[in-house]
This record gives sequence, structure tokens and C-alpha cells, in this order.
Amino acid sequence: MKRSSAGSFQDFYQLLQTVHQIPRVDVLLGYTDIHGDLLPINNDDNYHKALSSANPLLRVIIQKKAESDASVFASNSLQRKKKGLLRPAHYRAKPHLLIGMPQDFRQISSIIDVDILPETHRRVRLHKHGSDKPLGFYIRDGVSVRVAPQGVEKVPGIFISRLVKGGLAESTGLLAVSDEILEVNGIDVAGKSLDQVTDMMVANSHNLIITVKPANQRNNVIRSSKASGSSGVSTDSTPSQQTPSPASQYLSNYSTAESDEEGDLVIESDSASHYVPGGCPNGGPADGPLPPSLSPHSSRGSLQSLGSHDGSPGRGSGREDGTLLTL
Amino acid sequence: MAIGTKAGAVKLYGAPGVELTGLHKETATVTQLHFLPGQGWLLSLLDDNTLHLWEVCQKEGCSHLEETRSFGLPGRPGCSPGITRVTVVLPMAAGATVCLGTEGGAVYFVTLPTLTLLEDKTLFPDEILQSVPDEYRCGKALGPVESIQEHPRSGSQLLIGYSRGLVVLWEQSTRAVQHLFLGNQQLESLAWEQSGKSIVSSHSDGGYMVWAVSGTGQRTQQPAMSTIPYGPFPCKAISKILWRTCESGNPFIIFSGGMPRASYGDRHCVSVLQGQTLATLDFTSRVIDFFTVQSAEVPEGGFENPRALVVLVEEELVAIDLQTPGWPTIPAPYLAPLHSSAITCSCHVSNVPLKLWERIVSVGEQQSPRQSSAAWPIDGGKNLAQEPTQRGLLLTGHEDGTVRFWDASGVSLKPLYKLGTANIFQTDCEHNDSLNQAGEEEWPPFRKVGCFDPYSDDPRLGVQKIALCKYTAKMVVAGTAGQVLVMELSDEKSEHAVSVATVDLLQDREGFTWKGHDRLAPRNGPLHFPPGFQPSVLVQCVPPAAVTAVTLHSEWNLVAFGTSHGFGLFDYYRRNPVLARCTLHPNDSLAMEGPLSRVKSLKKSLRQSFRRIRKSRVSGKKRLNASSPSSKVQEANAQLAEQAGPPEVEMTPVQRRIEPRSADDSLSGVVRCLYFADTFLRDAAHHGPTMWAGTNSGSVFAYALEVPSQEKFSERAVEAVLGKEIQLMHRAPVVAIAVLDGRGNPLPEPYEVSRDLAKAPDMQGSHSMLISSEEQFKVFTLPKVSAKTKFKLTAHEGCRVRKVALVSLASAGSEERLENCLACLTNLGDIHIFTVPSLRPQVHYSCIRKEDISGIASCVFTKHGQGFYLISPSEFERFSLSARNVTEPLCRLEVARLQDTSCLSNSSTVTPKLPQANGTHVPRSSEGQHSPSDSDRSPVEHPAAFSPGPIDSPNSSMENPLDITGDITVEEVKDFLASSEEAEQNLRNASEDEARPTGILIK
Repeated sequence: MKRSSAGSFQDFYQLLQTVHQIPRVDVLLGYTDIHGDLLPINNDDNYHKALSSANPLLRVIIQKKAESDASVFASNSLQRKKKGLLRPAHYRAKPHLLIGMPQDFRQISSIIDVDILPETHRRVRLHKHGSDKPLGFYIRDGVSVRVAPQGVEKVPGIFISRLVKGGLAESTGLLAVSDEILEVNGIDVAGKSLDQVTDMMVANSHNLIITVKPANQRNNVIRSSKASGSSGVSTDSTPSQQTPSPASQYLSNYSTAESDEEGDLVIESDSASHYVPGGCPNGGPADGPLPPSLSPHSSRGSLQSLGSHDGSPGRGSGREDGTLLTL
Repeated sequence: MAIGTKAGAVKLYGAPGVELTGLHKETATVTQLHFLPGQGWLLSLLDDNTLHLWEVCQKEGCSHLEETRSFGLPGRPGCSPGITRVTVVLPMAAGATVCLGTEGGAVYFVTLPTLTLLEDKTLFPDEILQSVPDEYRCGKALGPVESIQEHPRSGSQLLIGYSRGLVVLWEQSTRAVQHLFLGNQQLESLAWEQSGKSIVSSHSDGGYMVWAVSGTGQRTQQPAMSTIPYGPFPCKAISKILWRTCESGNPFIIFSGGMPRASYGDRHCVSVLQGQTLATLDFTSRVIDFFTVQSAEVPEGGFENPRALVVLVEEELVAIDLQTPGWPTIPAPYLAPLHSSAITCSCHVSNVPLKLWERIVSVGEQQSPRQSSAAWPIDGGKNLAQEPTQRGLLLTGHEDGTVRFWDASGVSLKPLYKLGTANIFQTDCEHNDSLNQAGEEEWPPFRKVGCFDPYSDDPRLGVQKIALCKYTAKMVVAGTAGQVLVMELSDEKSEHAVSVATVDLLQDREGFTWKGHDRLAPRNGPLHFPPGFQPSVLVQCVPPAAVTAVTLHSEWNLVAFGTSHGFGLFDYYRRNPVLARCTLHPNDSLAMEGPLSRVKSLKKSLRQSFRRIRKSRVSGKKRLNASSPSSKVQEANAQLAEQAGPPEVEMTPVQRRIEPRSADDSLSGVVRCLYFADTFLRDAAHHGPTMWAGTNSGSVFAYALEVPSQEKFSERAVEAVLGKEIQLMHRAPVVAIAVLDGRGNPLPEPYEVSRDLAKAPDMQGSHSMLISSEEQFKVFTLPKVSAKTKFKLTAHEGCRVRKVALVSLASAGSEERLENCLACLTNLGDIHIFTVPSLRPQVHYSCIRKEDISGIASCVFTKHGQGFYLISPSEFERFSLSARNVTEPLCRLEVARLQDTSCLSNSSTVTPKLPQANGTHVPRSSEGQHSPSDSDRSPVEHPAAFSPGPIDSPNSSMENPLDITGDITVEEVKDFLASSEEAEQNLRNASEDEARPTGILIK
């Protein structure tokens, strides 16, 4: 197939049925994306997404619908289901509408710490991780009105100034233009400049938790437990599930290895395979059985061998220590 | 000698090391400065028409400069305020009064030191006009007072010159006109001949006249002599003239300006005329003022015998020896122009071994032999500072391809040696020299003076990075066109060819074409090199993008260099490339286009962005140590910059886009740092040479090196094997990499251990690696790279790392107690100190104004906790983080005061300066950028009488657009690209935003 002339999902589906000579069998299609997640192919959008992530080959996993469980596809599913990816599952009636299961979606946002925040505030966690959507919002300087013992006072504040259409921030529905930003990952932004707050957000962008005071206060979460005051720190959390204060939570978060981030990728170069004559890089297992002649221009080009290109006049041809990377 | 600046600072200089600074409360340009001879007082006039009295006072044995009084001339009722604008200030030799000449022509008298106006003594022009003949008067006013000079012999007689040309000798005691000189040419300046028998006046037509002064009650219509030295064609005005008698022959007549308007009107000249000998000193920047230095007391009938002429031009200070034939210049021990070509990078070397120091000093002396045996003429005061404990060398790389070596051990920066790299390359501008030489016989006899030369032959020559090994005297200089020069210090001159090696950093990467500048073509054949640093190898990076990182390991004979495309490793002993590695991201296209297409628009948008940022960030927090004079100077400079900026209308509120860094950001491949270390890369049992490289996109590459032993260098080649590749998840640019030994100390420099200058590193314990990115610091274990500790600076503070250095801070009490710390300068200009390897934040100070982007970009740390940054294009500011290593001027001026001054000190509120406060700003040597000023010597000698006022039009040096020198990081460039992009988007969204109410709804 040509990447450029890929048709619709239906065409592809039929092509697969034809190729595999299973014209009447309902199948579920899946692929693993670059993060190792097993994701479904069931409409045009995720079909094109799958194609664009092909690197260079797209490995498609086909399962017979009857024997597959819809819950196969999920975030981190590969890790979770490593052992029994294709384990038999009980038969379920075929749904009439092809609507993805909740597990088919990645979580992109959540409202957290509802019980410890004043009702007027909202703490939103944006899960950038694994998504290709831009965070998609802008912030600006502004003036915030606070009620202080001395009366109403105006203090400088940071506000959301714009949401990008189709961006993550907009699609969550939890953030809106003119919402005042109070904290970024547990750190108060009071007294910080717009540039500082920008940098803080970018630095936390893989796991951004922003506490806002929404401009629209009508959609606030109403706590069911008891009618507490409209402001001030809530006291209704039970000792057993004592939620740490934002700062301490942040710090604990910060001192322990953060769960979903910070895994700096270390590529060990295997010293055993260094001295392969020819200095031709091995594309790595993910690339599949590529003919060796193709590899220098493969997508792994950035990890190319050095030895074969260091053509300096003074050097003999004996330098074959080009590094080979095994990924 | 006192120099006043445009920002209102007053700086007093004397003997080397003697330096006092004061700052006016008002941010106004200092237009005149006058010493009150022998009393330790200084009068300054600001352009807001206020007069200020400064006092040199002693505190804890050291002298300080403090403002004690100020005075504003009251306006005259019914007259425009301009009438009382002070044009001339003359303190009387007796020290009790000051004469003020004004725009309206009146002369006021003010007592000292109380600064009260003596109203009954005021001399209005009407009083003079009464004695002026009718045919001269013809109904016209006399114009502003241009000059007042005291009679050299009789203190009660004043010579007053009015703009229209009338000069009056006025007897104060009898209030009578002694002598009238009815000049008809517009007057610029006046000077007495020392005996008081004649005067000289200079005029706006470029001529000067000598008038004979005889008895009383006379009128002189015609001068004794009148000449236009550079006539007959129309000439520019002579703005200041001096007459100095000389025992050995004809008197000196020294004047500024007067050049033929059409042919040389754009030159900045001071002419020295003695008899038939005329020298036209040709300066590269505007002449601000000049004075001569002579002995304090001139006996009756004796001669003044000026020793030297000191000229302050806008960009430098030049002293001319008037007693040596040929009038050579005297090298200045301070205020040397740092920016004779714009500074592009700087590098500090601490603890320079004496041997290397002496060799550098010696080659520097051979390079510019002293033409004058005269000592520096400004020698007042006593330097009380201790001899510096160690020799510090500051290297500055310049736009014209030179590297200057400065003695940074003490308070002032003294030039030691200048290394040029331009002669290795073929540039277009070589024949210019011969043209200049041909013109030398012309008239007027121009003589180039001073070394300020802002014009670069070829921007590709610019020096980007410098590395110096202080033990082997090897140096690497890397430039804008991808040239990396390996140099070695030689005491002998030499003639040899420079071998050239080309390293392709693209590594056959396809689809990229370099659209930037060409490489510099090296000259062929053997070249002549004077004693000094002589290049041995030229490594040329291809494509010839600017070198962004360089490091040198003289023990392994290796130099590593990086550009925006990749990095390379070169064995300069065998002259072999060892390694080349492309760091480009496949999607990165901008890096390949080169600077040509974008730079022009970039520069403009940068400038605009700087202005915008400057405006938008005015409401910054106050600096902590606002009491130190230098930080006040900073603030004043900032205020001034804001005043100078054109009014800009903010279209929409500034907004910032929040997006994470993505892998395919442009310029992601830029190599930001390179590092050599002997450490454990592959396994925990064997350590060996390694090389580390960090890029803009948060990648770190680690190579294990096979370096043959010293004896086998010539037989075996160095080999490099990729050991590890680390991708930081947050993808921020890697600013620095360092390896810490088992005890958590940074690894020593090459040769440091073998020369017994450092303790051997702990090779038993496990090493760790410190990676500092723009956003966080992380310590990893070695050889298994697992994160040990980290500090997320940006996530915490919202500031980004600009410069980091491992510094060792010694306790103030005992030198034995040393602490290694990580010093970090952020984009907000703050300095943070962290412990290593635990990365606990210790303290932080605000240091540089955050708007001062070139200051932040130019900052360098020394190993002992000091630092330098450019406070202006021409001035380095030194700061100290160390309680032990503080360099500040301590000096004493002996002052014999006539009056009791206890009454004066009531207004002084200066807090006692703690000698060892961390982060104390310490004034550094500085030059250029000084604004209109008068100057004098220390009160030990007789102060020369000066004609008042700035010589040229008002100084505008501060209005120069921000000079973007130094290594501005890609991040900064991107910031500004982004902000301009955003501005566009803001515009686009303006209509949309307007439609929506922007008010905040609170329910």
C-alpha cells in the first residue's frame, strides 16, 4: 500500500478481509503505537493515525470479533496484557452501533482534589502523555479582584486568554477563557510573571495540574457530603483518606519518582555488537526484516554509524568501530 | 580624574586601583564636573539644571564619594525658565564661591560649601552693556555666557565671554569692567595664557584669536592674532581651546574640532599645536572633553610644562605624552576599551600559573612596545586593596576575530595581550591598509589615536567560543564560520603553514542544503606569526555554521567542537578527525537554512521584542541590594533605556502559548555543551576517557574514548565509541554536564593532578553525573545511568537556567573549608546556589536586571565564586558569591579640607558596607559610555581649569540599540520568534477578542 493513497477504513477493512481470505468474518483491528499502547483501528481517523505512525511498517493485529474482548484496547494495555493479549474471552452480543468502549479512550483530563479545594476553585489535570493534541491554550496578565479583610483589592493575576480550537484544553471542557490560574502543579503563581508561569507550565506540560478559579462559577462541583462554606479550605475529608495539602502533595510527588514521567530514555550501546564490519546500522527489531541496503536512510538515521562516514584523508580504512545501537 | 555618565553616575579615578563611584538621586545626564582644588569636593551639574556637591569622605580608612548638597538656581519672575539655565560653572581658586554663567547672560555667585546664592553679587548683562559702545551694542543681546575664566594671577578678576563674541574682563571687588574685547565672531571657548598677559578665544567658524590684555578701562577691537587653522574653506567650530606655556619652547595650543566642514567634517579630532609642529589626533568616536596634566604650583614667571594630554572620547580614554617627541600615547592601566570590537564571548581562567602569566605578559609587551616612558599621569590616591591572591585571566572574544587577554586579578581590567585570527583567512578588506598609508602625507596631519574600532571586516571572523589550557598554554578559538583553531603559545616568531582539516558534521544526511554563509578561505602557504599564540591546526566544520560549544583536553590532545548540526572530535596531535556526529532531527529544516534568510528579520524583531519586553516587565520586583552604587547604576541605566525607547502602543495584552517542547522543534540539534571526563561509562570496574555532548533538544551522547598512552600518541589513533545516549524526557536544552567523583567533588582539570595542584579524584567510589538542562538539574549514577537526585527549577520557580558553573566557595574564616556548589544564573537574572550532589537549594540573589538580556548572556563564572557580566557593551561588572573572594576597590584620597565639614555630613544615610556580603556588587573597571563630563586629576595636583560644557552635541551613546553580543541562546531566539509570532496572532485575534466581553465574572 502506498502511504499517500490510503483510502478509507472500509476499503482497508475489505482489503484485509480479501488478503486474508476471510470475507465474511468480523474482525477487530489493532496496532501498537509508538508508546507501546495497543490501539484500535475502527474508523477513518484512527486508521489514518495508525498509518502516520507506521515506522515504516504498520503491524496490524487482527482478531476475530467473537473471540476478542473489547477491553483489549486500552491505555497501557500492552504492558498490562503482555501475558494474555489474545486470551479467550466470553462471547458477547455484537453491539449494533460501533461505539468504542470507555477503555478505548485515553484519559485526557480529570478534576482532582475536589474535597480539599474551595468550591470556587477547580483543579484540573491535563494528561498530555500519549496524546498528539496540542495543549492548546494561551495565558495573559490581568487583574484579579480579591476580597480581603480591608475590603476589595485588586491584585495582578494570570488568566487563560485563549483556547485553541481542537486543542486538549478546549476538548476537556474544564478550562475556559478568563479563568484565573491560581496554581501550577501545586505552586502558587501569585507574584510570578507571565513568563515565569509560562515556563512553569511548559516544564510541567507532560503532567500539568492547574488550579483555576473559573470565570463561570455556575458549573462548580457541589459537594454532597455537607454544605460547607463557599470558601476556605474544606475540612470534610476523613482522616483515613487524608488528602495531602497541595504543596505537600506536590513535594511528595516530586520526591518520589513521578509515576508517568521522567523516565529519561537511556540507550545503552551494547558493547558486544560494536564491532560489526561494515558499520552498517541495524535498524533495530521494530523495523522488521528490512533489507540492509535500506537501513542508512531509514528513520533510525539519527543513530547512524559513525565509522563509515568519517572519511578523513589521514585515516586508514581500519576504523570499523562505528557504533551500533540496539534499541 | 572624574568622569560623569549619562545616567547620572560620577566616577573618580586616580592611581591604578583608586576608584570611587557615586550616583545622583536623579537620573539625569552629568553635564559638567569641577573639582574644588585641594578640598576633596566635587561639583556636578546635571542637565536638569541642578548643581550637586560631592564629598570624598573617609570611612573605616577608605574613601567614599557621597553627595552632600544640591542646589537649583531659582527662576527669575516673568522670564522663561531657560534664562536661568546654567551654561558655565567656575569654582574660584579661593574655594569660597562658584560662578554660574547662564543662558540669559547673567552671572550668579554661590557660596561654598553651603551652596547659597549671593543675590547682591549677581552680574546681569545690562550692567556690562552700559560700558559697551553703542555701535557694538546695536540693540542686540549679548547671548548666553559661553565661558568664565579666572585670572591666573589675580583672583578677583574674571574673564567672561558671551556667545555673541564679547569678552569682558570684570573686576569683582569694584564691580567694574576692566577690559572689553569686542569680538564679532560667535564665541565657543576662552582660555588664559598663564601669565595673564593674553587670552585666546575660539569661535564657531573654526578659528581662534589671541588678544592682548593690558591696562584698565580699555577696549580692544582687533585681536593680536587671528587664524583659522584648517581654513580657508568653511570649518566647524572649535569647541574648546587650551593654552599651555612650555619651558622647552613654544606654548602648546590644544583645541578640539575646527575641521574643514566639507572634507573632514565627520572626523573627531583634537589638534595639538606647538610652534610649527601640529598633530591632528584623529579619534574614532566623539570627543567629550580633554585636559592637560601639569605640576600643581606654577611659580611666578615659570612655565606650566604640561606632562600629558588626557582626552575623553565617547568610547575610550586616551592619554598623550606631551614631553616625549612625537607625542606618543601612554597606555592606560584602566578604562581600556573592552569593546574596541564588539565582545562576542568571554571566558575566565582562574589561578593562572606564574609561568604562563609571565609568557603572556611578555608576548603582550613585544606586541605593543611602550612608546612612551612616562608614567600614567593620573596618580592621585592610594590603593589600599591587598595584592590579589591569585592571577585571574579574562579572555574576551570579539567580532573582528581577536581574542583579548585581560588581567582580571584586581579591580581594574588591564589589557595584557591581543590575539588576532583574521590574518589566517583571506578577507576582502586587506588592501584598505595600504590605502590608509598612502594618505598619510596629506594635510591635515591626521594621526589615528585610540583603539576603538567598531567596524568588523567580516562577521564570519567573530569569535564564538574560547578554551584555554593554563598548564600547556594550548588554546582553542572557534568562530562564526565553523572554524576551530588550535593554537599554542610560542615565545618565538614563526613562519609556518596552518594545516587544515575539514569535518563533515552532516554525515551524508540527505535533503539538507546549507544556505548560510560560506566558510572562510584560509590563506595558503606559510604565514608569518609573531610571538604569542600561533595556530597549528584549523579544523573547519561543514556546514560552516557558528561553533556553539568547544572544549579542550590537552592531556589527551583532543578538542571537541559542536555546531547547530552536530559535533566532532579532533586529535590535534595526529591531526586526525576522530569522530563526527550529526545531531539534527530529521524534521529540522531551520538549522539548514543558515542564518541568511532569517537573520535580518530576526534582528529587527529581536530588537522590537526587547523593547516590548522591557516595557512589559517594568513592574518587576525590586532588586535586593539596591543600596550598592553599581546596582543603582543599573537601575538608572534601565530607566534611561526606557526613556529613550520610542513610545510603543500595546496592541493587545501580551499572551503566551502553553505548549510542551516537541521533538521536532527547530534548532533542536544545536550542540550546547561538550565535556571530557575520566570516568566509568561502560562498567563500574574500569574507568577511562569519555566525552559527553548535550544538545538543545535534551539529548546527551556519551562516548568512550580509547586514548593511547603519552608515548604512543604518534603510533595509535584515538578511537571513540558511543557508550550511551540519554534523552531527557522534558527535552529542555542541556546547558552543562559534569562528572562528580566518589566524594561528590567535580573532576579536576587535565594536568591539575599531575602538577600537584588538585587532589586526585576519588576513583574508588561510584561517580555520578550532573546534567543541567534549562529547566532542571539531575544527578545520575554512573555507569548505570539512573536518576539519583534532581531539582526542577523551572517547575518550581518559573525561571530557566542560562548559565551554570561548579564553583568552590571557601569559608571566610578558613581557607581549608571548601564547599563545592552549583551556581546557576537564570533568565530572570537571579543567581541560585545549590549543593552538589544533593542539589539542595541554598540561597539565591538577584544579580542582573532580567531585562538585560545581553548582560545575562555574557555572564561567566569563575571557579572561586565570582562572576563577570557586561553591564553595557563596554563595561564588565564583577560580582562575588564567595565570602572569601571579594574584589572591590579600597582606596584612600588624602584631603586637606579648608572648612570644617561636620555640618555637611548630616544628610549622609549610606549604610556601612559589609565587606563580605554574599552577592555584593563590586564596581568594576569600565569605560566608554561616559557622557559629557569634565575631568580633573586628584586634588594632589593643581586642577586644570576647564572650559565648561560638553564639547559636542549631547551624548546619545545610550540610545544605541541594544548591542546583541555574546552567546544568545537558541532559547532566547525562539522566545522572541515566538513572541513576535504571538503578537501577530494577537493582532489576528484582536477582532475576535473585541467581540467578547473580557470582564471577569465573579458570582
